Amino acid sequence: MTKHTIPSHFDDAKQAYEASKLGVWLFLVTEILLFGGLFVIYIMNRGLYPEMFHEASLHLNKVMGAMNTVVLICSSFTMAMAVSRAKHNDSQRALKLLLITFICGLIFMTIKYMEYSHKIHEGLLPGIHFSFDEISHPKAPLFFSLYFMMTGLHGLHVLVGMGLIFWVMVRTRRGDFDESYHTPVEMTGIYWHLVDLIWIYLFPLLYLIG
Amino acid sequence: MSHANYLEEGGFWSWFTTRDHKRIGVMYLLTNLIFLAIGGIFAILIRVELFSPGPLFSADVYNKFFTFHGAIMIFMFIIPVIPAALGNFFLPILIGAKDVAFPRLNLASYYIFVGGALLAALALVTGGVDTGWTFYTPYSIRTQTSVILVTLGVFVMGFSSILTGLNFMVTVHKLRAPGMTFHRMPLFVWAIYATAIIQVLATPVIGITTLLLVMERVLGIGFFDPQLGGDPILFQHFFWFYSHPAVYIMILPAMGIISEVITVFSRKHIFGYKAIAYSSLAIAFISFLVWGHHMFVSGESQWANFLFSLLTMLVAIPTAIKIFNWTATMYKGSIHLQTPMLYALSFIFLFTIGGLTGLFLAALSVDVHLHDTYFVVAHFHYVMMGGTVMGFLAGLHYWWPKMFGRMYPEILGKISWFFIFVGFNVTFLPQFYLGKLGMPRRYHEYAQNFTFLNQVSTVGSWLINVGFLLMFAYLIYSLFKGKKAENNPWGAKTLEWQLPSPPTMHNFDETPQVIEGPYQYGVLKS
Repeated sequence: MTKHTIPSHFDDAKQAYEASKLGVWLFLVTEILLFGGLFVIYIMNRGLYPEMFHEASLHLNKVMGAMNTVVLICSSFTMAMAVSRAKHNDSQRALKLLLITFICGLIFMTIKYMEYSHKIHEGLLPGIHFSFDEISHPKAPLFFSLYFMMTGLHGLHVLVGMGLIFWVMVRTRRGDFDESYHTPVEMTGIYWHLVDLIWIYLFPLLYLIG
Repeated sequence: MSHANYLEEGGFWSWFTTRDHKRIGVMYLLTNLIFLAIGGIFAILIRVELFSPGPLFSADVYNKFFTFHGAIMIFMFIIPVIPAALGNFFLPILIGAKDVAFPRLNLASYYIFVGGALLAALALVTGGVDTGWTFYTPYSIRTQTSVILVTLGVFVMGFSSILTGLNFMVTVHKLRAPGMTFHRMPLFVWAIYATAIIQVLATPVIGITTLLLVMERVLGIGFFDPQLGGDPILFQHFFWFYSHPAVYIMILPAMGIISEVITVFSRKHIFGYKAIAYSSLAIAFISFLVWGHHMFVSGESQWANFLFSLLTMLVAIPTAIKIFNWTATMYKGSIHLQTPMLYALSFIFLFTIGGLTGLFLAALSVDVHLHDTYFVVAHFHYVMMGGTVMGFLAGLHYWWPKMFGRMYPEILGKISWFFIFVGFNVTFLPQFYLGKLGMPRRYHEYAQNFTFLNQVSTVGSWLINVGFLLMFAYLIYSLFKGKKAENNPWGAKTLEWQLPSPPTMHNFDETPQVIEGPYQYGVLKS
């Protein structure tokens, strides 16, 4: 039997669950629109300076980007498994899978940190701070502005996602969830998949410009 | 009645941690009214400067005045006041729910709003901002004033607006009482729902825009800075992609209030229920397609201009549908001219002028002449103040007895309405003509021949002020000494009037079973 009590303004658990789910989906829509602004700036500038984007993207580390893509896709898989385990009353395995997901996030951020420090070291920085002289195109700083804004905002979302996963882990350990109530695990999962999905767009758009 | 009403239950401190939508609505109302007063002071200061052609304040000080007036009125009063204050209080009750879907999030969104407002207000004491509320680049990147504080404040308040909109959308979808079908929802709920769609879909874009503007200043990223290869027009597109739909965040809820008030004070079923309901959604939809009309003279392509001009004129259709249906509702109705109805009628009258002058501005060749003149200032004040503020005041008086259990004094209400309505027209009607003569907006000095009309306008602003001071005085008075309100002083049919005034903490003792639409005035109760 679950310890969870349904908030009194809901009629039943189903209504509460559906409300939460709709709320999270709507929130994801706002996230997409938030990133949408950056994608619009990307599209506009890439249309204007295609050869600069190609030249600048050669200075991003494809291997590290690819590793991060693999790490995030794996983490989405373990997250989905965790939700499924939580639904089936298997808290122990859910906890392990959540831990793996969390560690994947950690690996992602570590690789990102290594990439960032390398860029900062070389002077591949946004806007006025750009001081790298191997790219001749005068608009190249714009590309690195986009790179840092897009991956930076995404990195922030990864950190928030990791925070949520940590919170869900604590609650899973405490035994808050079972087959009748596991909404936070599922909602965190939905959010984490979006964070993953945004990266799947960012990776080719920034690293793999042919 | 065994339960205490929502105002009395628990102590004073219980208000700060409350999750009750009614209390959160009241807290929003109080906060927004404080900002209305502050924004109003800046409005008076602007008009005082413009009383004479020469300078009274320096240009820099004047720039800060109109920036604060605009930013405070838009972001801290007009955008939140109807949805977050009146909407919070009445949306759940009107659909027969005990609360919004996420009460904790609702309280969080209030505190986030206050946090954002304080951030922006901090700029007041750290030198002010002189960019205008639109923060156009590249000036907003270069000015030495506190742009970062205000734009971060806007970002944070936007987050609060998103959470409120999200909460309302889920509430409307998931918490309607049994029998409360979409087509039985009061039109105020439809309007708030349409508003919530815009809040959720448009606000993130101002979020990223303000964030990038902050980054321009902190890191020099250059997206909007021509010196670094960026595009300042891109900023204008981003800004108006939110801020034009935001205009409908401001006006749609007011239209919802008018739909309620007109039908109640005509004691007649609303004419064209579905037409009014769906025209709200139509306005929300079209609102996303018209932002380019703010850039007719900024170097947009002629094809873009042509399209945006055409799309802008489309807005007139659903708007006119509403105006005609309200008018038809009054036809052969039993009209009661109490204060809420006076404000509702003012709305129809003033908003029609505001809307039609909007069509002048949507016409490309006319706009070239009128762009950035006082004609535009007059137009948007007729829409925002003649529309939204009149709608808000209609709703405030209409629901005041339900919110606080006391009647406002009717005679004083009418006197105050008279000052506000007359003062409003005295202030802004001359500005149409000034704009047509070519007086540009946002200057602290003007040519001698504009003096008379500017003085008329300034006197008008004092009349408005008298009206508002009187209103604040009698509203505060009525809280303590006002006549006790009955449950249904207006003889209205919607659900909130079946509850005691003020309602208990849990709204309904039993979930209501809804069996008919909200405006069944077939049988009149005396």
